[in-house]
Amino acid sequence: MKLSNDSVKEKLIKKFGEQVSCFQEPYGMLTFETPKEINLKVLSFLFDDETLKFTFLTAICAVHYPDKKDKELAVVYHLHSLTANLRIRFKVFTAIEKPDVFTATGIFSSANWMERETFDFYGVNFIGHPNLKRILNVDEMDYFPMRKEFPLEDQTRIDKDDEMFGRG
Amino acid sequence: MDVKSSIEQSMSFPGEVHQSPTGGILLSRIDDVINWARSNSLWPLVFGTSCCAIEMMSTASAKYDWSRFGFEVARATPRQADVIIIAGTIVNKIAPVLKRLYDQMADPKYVIAMGACATSGGPFFYNTYSVVKGADHIIPVDVYIAGCPPRPEALIHAMITLQEKIKSGLTREQIRMPKPELISL
Ligand code: SF4
Repeated sequence: MKLSNDSVKEKLIKKFGEQVSCFQEPYGMLTFETPKEINLKVLSFLFDDETLKFTFLTAICAVHYPDKKDKELAVVYHLHSLTANLRIRFKVFTAIEKPDVFTATGIFSSANWMERETFDFYGVNFIGHPNLKRILNVDEMDYFPMRKEFPLEDQTRIDKDDEMFGRG
Repeated sequence: MDVKSSIEQSMSFPGEVHQSPTGGILLSRIDDVINWARSNSLWPLVFGTSCCAIEMMSTASAKYDWSRFGFEVARATPRQADVIIIAGTIVNKIAPVLKRLYDQMADPKYVIAMGACATSGGPFFYNTYSVVKGADHIIPVDVYIAGCPPRPEALIHAMITLQEKIKSGLTREQIRMPKPELISL
C-alpha cells in the first residue's frame, strides 16, 4: 500500500491518541503538533515503524512567537521517509523562560549540528545534547539574534523610503 | 590616461638603454627594478568567503585569465602569497582568521578588498549581528573595488591599480620601509 498523509495521520492517532493535534496539510505536507515531553517518542515511533520508516531528518529549526503565552518558541522537525518518499513536519512548543526540549541526537546523529544552530539563534536548550554550544556565531555572543525582540530592520532608516527613489 | 595606455606604459621596463658600440648600457634604479619585478609576479592567496569569490574564480579562469598580468600562481598557503584578495563577507567569526592569515604572509604583502562587503559591510551594513563593517577594521587595505559583486574586469582593473601602486612605491609596506639610498650605477 502506498503511504499517504492520511495513513500516517491514522497511525499517529492510533498510537498517541489525543496527544497529537492540529493536523494540517499546507502545500500538501502533513503538519502536526505534539507536547514537547513526547517529542522523542514520536520521533522514534516514526523512525522504527515498519511501514513508516522516517529515517531521514531533513531539518530542525525554531520559530519565535512572542504573542503566544508560554508557547513562545516552537521547534520544528522535518522528516523524510526514503522508502515511501513522503515528507512530514511536526512542531513542539516551549515557554521562553525555560526553553528545554529533549535532544534528538540519540535517534539522528545529524541532529547534533542542527540543534546547535537552533540553540545558537533561538536559545533552545536541548537537554542531553553532547556538545551544546554556538556553531555559527562567535562564542562570546550573549544573545540569540533570531528572536523577535531584535528588529528585522532599523525603524529609523530613511534611505529606503520611496522618496529616495523619486516615487514618493 | 585611459587604462590601455596606462597598462602599456607600466608594462615597459623602468630605465633607459644607452647605445654603445659593443651593445648597450642600461641605466635604472635598483628600487624601480625590484618594484617592477615584484609587481609583475604577484601571487594571490586562495581566500574567498562568499559570492564575490565566484567572480574571483571566473577572473582566474580562461575567459578573463588574470595570468596575463602575472597573477596566475594562486597559493593555498599564506606563507607563499604576496597579495590577499578579500573576496566576500567578513563576519566576526572569520575576522581572527583573516588577521592571522595576513600576519603569516611574508613581507612585502598587499591587500585588495573586493566588493561592497569587504569594503564596508555592504548589504549587511544595517542591522547586522555578525558582519564586520569593512575588512579595513582588521587589516590595512591597498585597493578597494566597488560592486556587489564586482565584474571580473573590475577585479583586473584593481590588480593593475595595485601594480601601479607598487611601481610608484606608494603601498603601505613601501612607505613604511625606510627609503634606501639612491644607488647610482
Ligand atoms: S559584495 Fe555582494 S557579491 Fe560580494 S560578497 Fe558581498 S554580498 Fe556577495
